[in-house]
Amino acid sequence: MEEKVIMAGFGGQGVMAIGRLLAYAGMIENKHVTWLPSYGPEMRGGTANCAVVVSDEPIGSPLISKDGTAAIVLNLPSLLKFEKEIIPGGKIIINKSLIDAEPSREDIDAYYVPANELAMELGNSKIANMVMLGAYLELTKIVKIDSVLDAFVKVFGEDKAHLIPINKEALLKGAEAVKTYV
Amino acid sequence: MAKVLMKGNEAVGAAAIKAGCRYFFGYPITPSSEIPEYMAKAMPEVGGVFLQAESEIAAINMVYGAGGAGARVMTASSSPGISLKQEGITYCAGAEVPCVIVNMMRGGPGLGSIQPGQADYYQSTRGGGNGDYRTLCYAPASIQEIVDYVMLAFDKADYYRNPVLVIADGMIGQMMEAVEFKDREKIELPPKDWATTGTGGKRKPNKVNSLYLQAEQLEIHNKRLQQKYKEMEENEVLYEAYGLEDAEVVCVAYGTTSRIVKSAMKLAEEKGIKTGIIRPITVWPFPYDVFKEIGPKAKGILAVEMSGGQIVDDVKIGIEGRLPVYFNGTTGGMVPTPGSILASIEKIAGGTK
Repeated sequence: MEEKVIMAGFGGQGVMAIGRLLAYAGMIENKHVTWLPSYGPEMRGGTANCAVVVSDEPIGSPLISKDGTAAIVLNLPSLLKFEKEIIPGGKIIINKSLIDAEPSREDIDAYYVPANELAMELGNSKIANMVMLGAYLELTKIVKIDSVLDAFVKVFGEDKAHLIPINKEALLKGAEAVKTYV
Repeated sequence: MAKVLMKGNEAVGAAAIKAGCRYFFGYPITPSSEIPEYMAKAMPEVGGVFLQAESEIAAINMVYGAGGAGARVMTASSSPGISLKQEGITYCAGAEVPCVIVNMMRGGPGLGSIQPGQADYYQSTRGGGNGDYRTLCYAPASIQEIVDYVMLAFDKADYYRNPVLVIADGMIGQMMEAVEFKDREKIELPPKDWATTGTGGKRKPNKVNSLYLQAEQLEIHNKRLQQKYKEMEENEVLYEAYGLEDAEVVCVAYGTTSRIVKSAMKLAEEKGIKTGIIRPITVWPFPYDVFKEIGPKAKGILAVEMSGGQIVDDVKIGIEGRLPVYFNGTTGGMVPTPGSILASIEKIAGGTK
């Protein structure tokens, strides 16, 4: 099994962070993982993105180029830019709170998650990224939520351990939001 | 030790420190800036020295000084920065100063771009500075290999008293993968009795120098250097190769492009085309001999590199005219796609079966 997912949004929305969490969680589950950030001048335009591959086998190209199995998009420019990088039948998870649009393609499955609203219900808009990650994990089951939580302190440090419960709730809210689709 | 997720650039720093490097001199440049960033934090924690020099030229000359005093020392940069260091590297080679130089290559020529490149192949494998010298050069293709070969580079630098290069590209520098710091086999190394560590008034001063005004003496020195390079060619070649016996198309690539080639090879297999790969891990010395293992079904060799085709020269030397050599490459910071490499493979194999 191999998942190749692009995560994209405005700088500050935490797309790099959820990418690292997913990669770390995959590593904890003894899978092969790569995390590749965009670092070129395209970053200067205000959108950030990373490509994460989680696989049972050694990973060839860490790049995603028209062969992504999924994309998680947190803002409109990301939807427009990355919908074309997904294979037919692939998934695109769209942050409905900020994106009032649909993919132009009909051969991919779109899932709409009001991530910012759901994060606000938990009292913290900063964890909209985790809501999106939770939705993605529910749809793909590529790693367990527990592994993501184990990865949390590895990525953010022990001093952020107190934030695990609210992040767990965010993951679960995201998962709940796409259950109606499954 | 358990696995950790690390960026390529961070792994360079962590591996160097693990290998006993206690001096780092550098000047930041994208896409290798996380190396000095990591060193700035980590070196003081182990009692080492991190120094951001005023320029790349200053940094490599600080490396010359520390290496000449017998310390394990490293510098790192990206393509244009490495060009600036060439004078210092040839001085290190001439004076036989052990040191490790890491190049996270970007698009060139000139200031070029900040995206991944492999167009410093000639510079890395032919000696980028003046004079007859060679530098052992590792080309890791994963973050684990960065760790393994940066550590090995320090041992080899000391063993041969020679600069050792580690070349990767911006993508490997920026990418994160799982790495493990394994216990290494201890290599028996000669004592550094040549280093300028102070005589204490008890012996004649050691000299670390690349200047020989007597041509006869310089030739004697050069012959010894050539002998050393020959020894490296005999003993230090590293590569990964598979599928050569019954391949219709054999791909040759290193670093990032070798990974993309492997993705393309899987696609070719789905189309019924048999492929093999030769992945040099040392680009100098180059694994010429392994080309003899290519079987009779091969129709051609496909070299892939993020350059205008620099590796093709070595591939042609390796195949000795027995098979045609084709090239698929991207330049300027563009990265080849598995689809484009597959198209080249199909063309060489004579179309989809």
